Amino acid sequence: MEIKSKKRIYPKEEVCIGCHLCEIYCILAHSGTKDLVKAFKRLDRPSPRVLVEERDGYYITFALQCRHCDDPLCIKACITGAMHRDEKTGYIICNEEKCVGCWSCILVCPYGAIRRGENGRAVSKCDLCIEQGNPVCVENCPNEALELKDLEALK
Amino acid sequence: MKYVIIGNSVASAGCIEGIRRVDSEGEILVVSNEPYHMYSRPLISYWLSKKVEDVSYRPKDYYEKYRVNPILGKKVVQVDFESKEVILEDGEKINYDKLLIATGGKPFIPNIPGLDKKNVFTFIKFDDVKEIDKALFDGARVTVVGAGLSGLKAVEALIKRNCNVTVVELAGRILSSILDEEGSRMVQKRFEEEGVRFLLENSVSEILGEEKVEKIRLNSSNILKTDMVIFAIGVVPNVDIFRGTQLKINRGILVNERMETNIPDVYSAGDVVESLDLLTNENRVIPILPNAYMQGEVTGLNMAGRKVTYSGSFPMNSIGFFDMHIMSAGMVNPSSNVEIIKRIEPEKKVYRKLYIRDGKILGFMFINSIDRTGMIVDLMKNRIDISSFKERLLSDNFGFLDLPKEFRKEKILGV
Repeated sequence: MEIKSKKRIYPKEEVCIGCHLCEIYCILAHSGTKDLVKAFKRLDRPSPRVLVEERDGYYITFALQCRHCDDPLCIKACITGAMHRDEKTGYIICNEEKCVGCWSCILVCPYGAIRRGENGRAVSKCDLCIEQGNPVCVENCPNEALELKDLEALK
Repeated sequence: MKYVIIGNSVASAGCIEGIRRVDSEGEILVVSNEPYHMYSRPLISYWLSKKVEDVSYRPKDYYEKYRVNPILGKKVVQVDFESKEVILEDGEKINYDKLLIATGGKPFIPNIPGLDKKNVFTFIKFDDVKEIDKALFDGARVTVVGAGLSGLKAVEALIKRNCNVTVVELAGRILSSILDEEGSRMVQKRFEEEGVRFLLENSVSEILGEEKVEKIRLNSSNILKTDMVIFAIGVVPNVDIFRGTQLKINRGILVNERMETNIPDVYSAGDVVESLDLLTNENRVIPILPNAYMQGEVTGLNMAGRKVTYSGSFPMNSIGFFDMHIMSAGMVNPSSNVEIIKRIEPEKKVYRKLYIRDGKILGFMFINSIDRTGMIVDLMKNRIDISSFKERLLSDNFGFLDLPKEFRKEKILGV
């Protein structure tokens, strides 16, 4: 009964242009509406599950999502059992109803890929767009700086 | 194969899930003296504050799905290691092929007169908060003994339930296990803003009253009127039934890196064991939840035949009080030859402090600046030399761009 994620998104910092479109599409995809204006006007607008790293004076940017680790520390550190692996896909998903916002997962995630969520209560993390099908950040990246890899095919 | 687990909490879950990754057939039996479905002890303060109603740690269909036979509400009184049998309070004997002892911690209570009075509680189990909840009323005067993690989580819940709370703490400051003095003072101030009174360098010497607690006598000889007393001084390994047996116990049960005790086919994990502290290289009890899970998981995998080792850990905590959030790990009080770097913004209640030696992070504590802290824990764990980007560790937006390119690429693309 060993379940692992079969997909992972890899960033290419050489071609990322720092446009933040991945964040915008991520917010839209997790907002419950298909209308960008409505999504952004929502008071409880979801925070992006992808994080664009950039610094003043740097010419490097890249976007990072949850690695959906084979051996996930966030699940082991979760005090409520909210963080779990989806049995079908192997993705690591947070049950936001169950999460109390203790941020233990943030304390242990070696990638800094988990954020405090918009409501200050539950965490916000990449779910590889489990509801939509394909990750919208990858599909909408204008310069192909995000690549979705099929881990099984790689083997 | 028949696996028996004593205890029904986090280490137990780790063990069950570890076993099932390897062995889907073997029989798993879980015994607990508590009658509840597997629940999360850290959630009891959230339950008391009414933030959550459900304290379960795993879904309701968990035992069924993992094919576990739970024997709940029954106490184990003895383990016969010779005949490989767990003996329950009603005399029932359960034989095992592999046994996990995950009996956790029990509250430490000082031996003072008056403990038998009504409305004197501890703060560890679900039953504790259920009883506290029954005794609570608006404006109740509650004395919490102990200003550690669980004591202050109790205080926070009690404030949310409109109680008047006084904290009695033996040390000269609060949260001394996770913060240095400067950090402690910041957090104490936040509690005082909520009306909490702290009596530091003090302790309770007697509980007074007729049937119920009415007053307490303090070590300073003062008498304090109170409606309830909650002891939250700390936990000690729950090893009572194993004292005087052949099981090797120091403060906690002794295990090797495969979580095996000195007795064949007997393992132990969680708050009841001593394990390796990676920073001090000494064995000690590190009663934190992630450890319990990881040790339980290593146990389960080993029990089921896979050879894996537990690499050790160090203390780390993430905890929030009101609108304040604290993360800390490793060394929290400075020792000799340690370089200290820090950033304080009192108006924002932001505090970041790290201890460094030979370019390696030995410990840190962050208040209200906690994003991506796991990256720093990872640098600590892997003993990465941080000399070249040291100052960036104090930034709110520390990230992969601060790390050397090769290291960053390997970390992100290497998995």
